[in-house]
Amino acid sequence: MKDEYLLEVKDLHVSIGAKEVLQGLNLQIKKGEVHAIFGPNGSGKTTLLNAIMGFAGYTVKGRIIFEGKDITHIPINERAQMGIGISFQRPPAIRGVRLRKLIEASAKRNGKTLDAYAQGLNLTDFLEREVNVGFSGGEIKRAELLQLLLQDPDLVFLDEPESGVDLENIALIGEYINHLLGRQRIRNQEKTMKELYRERKKAGLIITHTGHILEYVNVDVGYILMQGRIACQANPRDILHTIRECGFEECFRCFREGGTGGTHKRH
Amino acid sequence: MAHTKDTKPQPAGDLDLSAYREKASEHPPLSDLSQLTPADQKVLLMSGVDPSGKERGGSFFQQDHSVVHCRTTFDGAEIMSSSAAREKYNGLTEYWWKAMAADKDVFTQRAAHHQEHGYYMRSLPGAQVHYPLQACLYLTEDKLAQDVHNIVIAEEGSTLNIITGCATAPGVRSGLHVGVSEFFVKKGATIAFTMIHNWAEEMAVRPRSAVIVEEGGTFISNYICLVPARDLQMYPVATLKGKGAVATFNSVLLAKPGSLMDVGSRIILQAEGCRGEVISRTVSTGGTIIARGHLVGEHRGVKAHLECKGLLLSDQGRIHAIPELEGKTSDLEMSHEAAVGKIAQEEVEYLMARGLSEQEATALIIKGFLTLEIVGLPEGLKKELEHMIDETDTKAL
Repeated sequence: MKDEYLLEVKDLHVSIGAKEVLQGLNLQIKKGEVHAIFGPNGSGKTTLLNAIMGFAGYTVKGRIIFEGKDITHIPINERAQMGIGISFQRPPAIRGVRLRKLIEASAKRNGKTLDAYAQGLNLTDFLEREVNVGFSGGEIKRAELLQLLLQDPDLVFLDEPESGVDLENIALIGEYINHLLGRQRIRNQEKTMKELYRERKKAGLIITHTGHILEYVNVDVGYILMQGRIACQANPRDILHTIRECGFEECFRCFREGGTGGTHKRH
Repeated sequence: MAHTKDTKPQPAGDLDLSAYREKASEHPPLSDLSQLTPADQKVLLMSGVDPSGKERGGSFFQQDHSVVHCRTTFDGAEIMSSSAAREKYNGLTEYWWKAMAADKDVFTQRAAHHQEHGYYMRSLPGAQVHYPLQACLYLTEDKLAQDVHNIVIAEEGSTLNIITGCATAPGVRSGLHVGVSEFFVKKGATIAFTMIHNWAEEMAVRPRSAVIVEEGGTFISNYICLVPARDLQMYPVATLKGKGAVATFNSVLLAKPGSLMDVGSRIILQAEGCRGEVISRTVSTGGTIIARGHLVGEHRGVKAHLECKGLLLSDQGRIHAIPELEGKTSDLEMSHEAAVGKIAQEEVEYLMARGLSEQEATALIIKGFLTLEIVGLPEGLKKELEHMIDETDTKAL
């Protein structure tokens, strides 16, 4: 049933210069699913998202298939237009360009929605400011979410959406990630939960270091990325628990031992 | 001016002044600028001059050598041709060639001998001219020389906003524009002067500007040239004579292949508490830009900053930033920041990840780069300038 996959990554090898960062990675995400990737610093998490987006500076081998189409070598903007969006961990500042202008240049949704979302994210004043110029860590993350909400992608990459965000704002960010993923809290009870789940179309892939965001966003599948491959696939909460208790050392041990005796299922 | 002996810029290019005609035909007066043809009105709009006169405190329009329209709608300000003002005010002897010497260079000498009008603008003491006054110097004949001499005076405690659009009519390819401008900012007064050039490709342009700022006065200059002429050279000088006087020069330049722009700004800080700022944003898509700046600190405690930033988008282009700081006393603060580079790939990819094509992303970044956050301009004018940059043809980039 391959056609059901929204995103399928096959035997992905990604090098930066002479260094092979991803070494034959496989990944499948279905519509309506949200996955999370954990992994130690330098394991290639951001590289994976950047390679799927098509950013420069990476030598990519293997295949990236989105909605059944091979996108491995198409330009970034075409991937975005097909329905892939990304929240950057550390986006660049764009001098002289107001946030409103950037959103209006890129958004699918209309301006009315923009003002409502901006208000919800406490970003109304920021619409008239230069993109990311002098923004705090939390302001950057909220501005990224705002841009994505208006871009309205089918597959969302969130690269450390909670890094640099204070606790109060993590809840807000979590709430709007759920909006983005079409998983906002259900207020009307006309439909059953089952029906609502079935209607979910948006998919996501979240990179998280601390895992805090998982307290606000339900994630279906968790992975550990290690030495350029997916080392483990499991319940994200179990993974988080293991990392919090034992650190990635436990994962390394498990990975070395080929999965026997490890906490989670080997992928 | 004694201060310029070491750094006096040479006139850019080899201009053959005999190639330009001195005589122009006379044009009949217009009671209203909206009587101009739609094509002319469009050029004016792109030069910051609104033919409807809406939200303007007054208008001056000179076509070639004829002053065809002149009107002020505000009691606190005067607008007329500088020749009329000299007749009315006894030769304007307090001002005429008082901010700069008539024999400064070959172009000021030309203006002294061949001058055909130019404008005179003055805000009365304490007057707050809410809407900008606008002036347009318009060339409608090919290969014509236009030599104007402008005088601008802000009397004590007054505020004056001015937009000057200099442009060529559709169909005109070449010509020479020499514009002498002398500005006098009296005690506690402010002049915000915005000049927009919208020339034909083969134009040679030599503005010559000098500014005297008295105690507590503020002079803000915004110069915008996004439709480049073949050969442009200017180096306006502001002399801050009184305590706490302030000058700011902002320049935004776009040079396409074949154009040469040698543009600088100089501020001479002569009194206690004076401050100055020179900022330029330049983009070359194949043309040559020389971005100069010169700060001269002559009094203790003055502060000034100079910033030249250039984006070079083609191997055929050249951007030469020449920031100069000259301190003549101890205990002053002057600094500069200069950078010439290309567009950051990271920024382009960020915008592409939002769905913009590479071309759209590049255009947006360039327009952003050219958008200076200008302090002291009325909100409406800020919006107009942003709009003008938005409308810039970046297809060629």
